[in-house]
Amino acid sequence: MAHEHAIGGHAGHDDHEHHGPPSGIMRWITTTNHKDIGSMYLWFSFIMFLVGGAMALVIRAELFQPGLQVVSPDFFNQMITLHALIMVFGAIMPAFVGFSNWMIPLQIGAPDMAFARMNNWSFWILPVASFLLILSMFVPGGAPGTGWTLYPPLSVQQGMGMDLAIFGIHLLGMSSIMGGINIITTILNMRAPGMTLMKMPMFCWTWLITAFLLIASMPVLAGAVTMLLTDRHFGTTFFNAAGGGDPVLFQHIFWFFGHPEVYIIALPAFGVISQVIPAFSRKPIFGYASMVYAIAAIAIISFFVWAHHMYVTGIPLTGQLYFMYATMIIAVPTGVKVFNWVATMWKGSLSFETPMLFALGFLFLFTLGGFSGLVLAITAVDILLQETYYVIAHFHYVMVAGAVFSAYAGAYYWLPKWTGYMYDETLGKWHFWLTLIFFNMTFFVQHFLGLAGMPRRVPDYALQFTEFNMISSIGAFGLGISQLLFLYIVLKARKSGKKVDAQVWDGAEGLEWTVPSPAPYHTFETPPVFEGGKH
Amino acid sequence: MSQPASHYFVPQPSHWPIFGSGALLLMATGAVLWMNKLAAGPYLLSAGFFVLLTMLFGWFANVIGESEGGSYGKNVDVSFRWGMSWFIFSEVMFFAAFFGALFYIRVLSVPDLAEGLSGEFLYQGFSAAWPSAGPGFKGEFSPMGAWGLPAINTALLLTSGVTLTWAHHALIKNNRLHLNLGLAATILLGFLFLFLQVEEYVHAYGELNLKLTTGGYGSTFFMLTGFHGFHVTLGAVMLCVILARCLKGHFKPDHHFGFEGVAWYWHFVDVVWLLLFVLVYWL
Ligand code: HEM
Ligand SMILES: [Cu+2]
Repeated sequence: MAHEHAIGGHAGHDDHEHHGPPSGIMRWITTTNHKDIGSMYLWFSFIMFLVGGAMALVIRAELFQPGLQVVSPDFFNQMITLHALIMVFGAIMPAFVGFSNWMIPLQIGAPDMAFARMNNWSFWILPVASFLLILSMFVPGGAPGTGWTLYPPLSVQQGMGMDLAIFGIHLLGMSSIMGGINIITTILNMRAPGMTLMKMPMFCWTWLITAFLLIASMPVLAGAVTMLLTDRHFGTTFFNAAGGGDPVLFQHIFWFFGHPEVYIIALPAFGVISQVIPAFSRKPIFGYASMVYAIAAIAIISFFVWAHHMYVTGIPLTGQLYFMYATMIIAVPTGVKVFNWVATMWKGSLSFETPMLFALGFLFLFTLGGFSGLVLAITAVDILLQETYYVIAHFHYVMVAGAVFSAYAGAYYWLPKWTGYMYDETLGKWHFWLTLIFFNMTFFVQHFLGLAGMPRRVPDYALQFTEFNMISSIGAFGLGISQLLFLYIVLKARKSGKKVDAQVWDGAEGLEWTVPSPAPYHTFETPPVFEGGKH
Repeated sequence: MSQPASHYFVPQPSHWPIFGSGALLLMATGAVLWMNKLAAGPYLLSAGFFVLLTMLFGWFANVIGESEGGSYGKNVDVSFRWGMSWFIFSEVMFFAAFFGALFYIRVLSVPDLAEGLSGEFLYQGFSAAWPSAGPGFKGEFSPMGAWGLPAINTALLLTSGVTLTWAHHALIKNNRLHLNLGLAATILLGFLFLFLQVEEYVHAYGELNLKLTTGGYGSTFFMLTGFHGFHVTLGAVMLCVILARCLKGHFKPDHHFGFEGVAWYWHFVDVVWLLLFVLVYWL
């Protein structure tokens, strides 16, 4: 890939514009710098990960034993809702937007994001939205107890916490749409000369398509919660049969957003993995073009499978069959991707630093989650398994072992580039193995619970489920505590890590490795010349 | 696409976004309190709205200053084009959710309620004829006919599309008089449209007994036309800003994306209206 060009880009243009950032807190509040904003996204997402994780631990503490011990059923339901909303919108999505902010300009050789000021706003809406979500716990009636899917009629009957959640979701949507527009424009318009779309790093491809999914699906969610709001307060009857509406209508609109949403989470995760595996296999990615087509295919099909979440709502048999087959078809492009990752490693000179370990963890466990997804896609099976712990196990394999593992892989991979310091490899490996073991301890047993019929979203359960629940809860606390190790590793790296040079990993490719570590505040103010990749 | 970008303009640090976030916080909490009948609600909501206006003024003043100051090169212009297109696409998807709801209620849920077990046991005598306010609706209402005010409004909006294009051509030919006239005519037509829309609502509430609470028909009618009207309002305000800028001599024949972006938006609102006219009023 490209090697010679103005590194760091200050070279040769007189600049009255860049005095460096204002100091103190104002730097972070007013910044238009993609690296600052990326860092804020990443820190914010980690904090929210801990908040959402604490909520998960409240749930798991209650489920440690049958009977009611720790919290009231009502509060339990609120924890379920907030845990999910905070994890999905506060932790995972911002984490990958953080990566995109940091890495896309560096990978395509752009000076910043296309709309740098709006980029700041996209971020600073998030704390407001999260504040509204968390505030909902403290108003009369508490947070919504509906689960993150907010189904009516229950959501129409909730207290004002529901309204706070609705506006919180509106703001999260605004932030995502602005972020999506920014990313898509940056990628389409600001690539360095010579970098055609089909030479772009895979991470950028996944974000290009994810940004499209965001722009297409978040407004639909906004529509759904707006109808909820007017049904609640202004007497409309979208979801009320007395007026000719239908609660199931909400489910259709929600899942028309909801299924693309899971790919909004998964695709950037795929992107990170597609950077990490080639780097530690010391081989270019296998089947670049087929990877791109697979991403595009997944994204498009994701708009046509939503009713696999609604098999038992009384949709017609033909509908059930159609949605079953359509869902299974997604396994084909996903299979292409998994195949290509494995083929990338084939005969590579592999090494197993922490990013690679997380990538391999991802590969195994995400695939497992994909398989349980296929099981659930079968209508006849889903009729038995829906709303059981099998579903919880399934999506935590794709969300935690998929998205979170991938985020860790990316964080360890790029941390030296961001900070200029190497993390402690031994501790990184500890972090991986603890996470891997406790993750499986928490969630693998939930497959059995689900198959045995334990319902989700219930604070109490029948006695025969006790042992597996105890294992799961112990695993969850172990998993939670191990994540603090990551915080320690990052802080330690910044305090006493070894200094690294530009090319941190010998097998890593891409423009980001041509700028010094830590990446200077302004990079590529004059676009580099990109001399074609090896794909 | 990736033409050599000599120097892409990256703005200075700005305090406007945080104002925007503050405004959103005030507005959201204000709206929640207001909807739950707490006295502080309207105050917070208006305070938030005021902050939002301040922020919009300040932010766009920056943008206009940068644009007129020549900071925006060719590449920035292309970014604006992509950005505005994708923004409009997001708006399309927002409206799609409501059109989807209309389709679902009209074609699926209302007939379902009248047929089968539900029609036989729950809602005997409920007929699925659209427009319907659902089996639980007590009383009478009349639907909004297509060929009165709505047809006039269609003509108004379509004409406004023409006058706007006239203005655009004038701008390209550097005919400032026609530019200003065309814009003024467009704005006039827009406000006329809004005025008639209000008349229509008054008529609906006062004479047709057609309200937001009139079941599925009322819900979809008012939410779709209401959101459209809101977008027309936004578009008209943006056109006013553009007219003010034109009067100040802004925009050049070959550099006027501010104008074009608003024009795109106006045409988008126009197309949504055509869909509304056919699907909500006519059929
Ligand atoms: C890291 C450790 C995590 C633990 C221990 C955990 C645990 C749990 C538990 C116990 C539930 C409730 C199951 C029920 O009774 O219905 C749950 C639900 C859920 N979790 Fe997690 N979770 C974790 C991470 C995540 C992450 C990272 C995400 C997403 C990105 C996530 C998304 C969800 C969702 C969407 C639900 C469904 C909530 C609902 O029913 O509405 N979780 N989780
Ligand atoms: Cu799905």
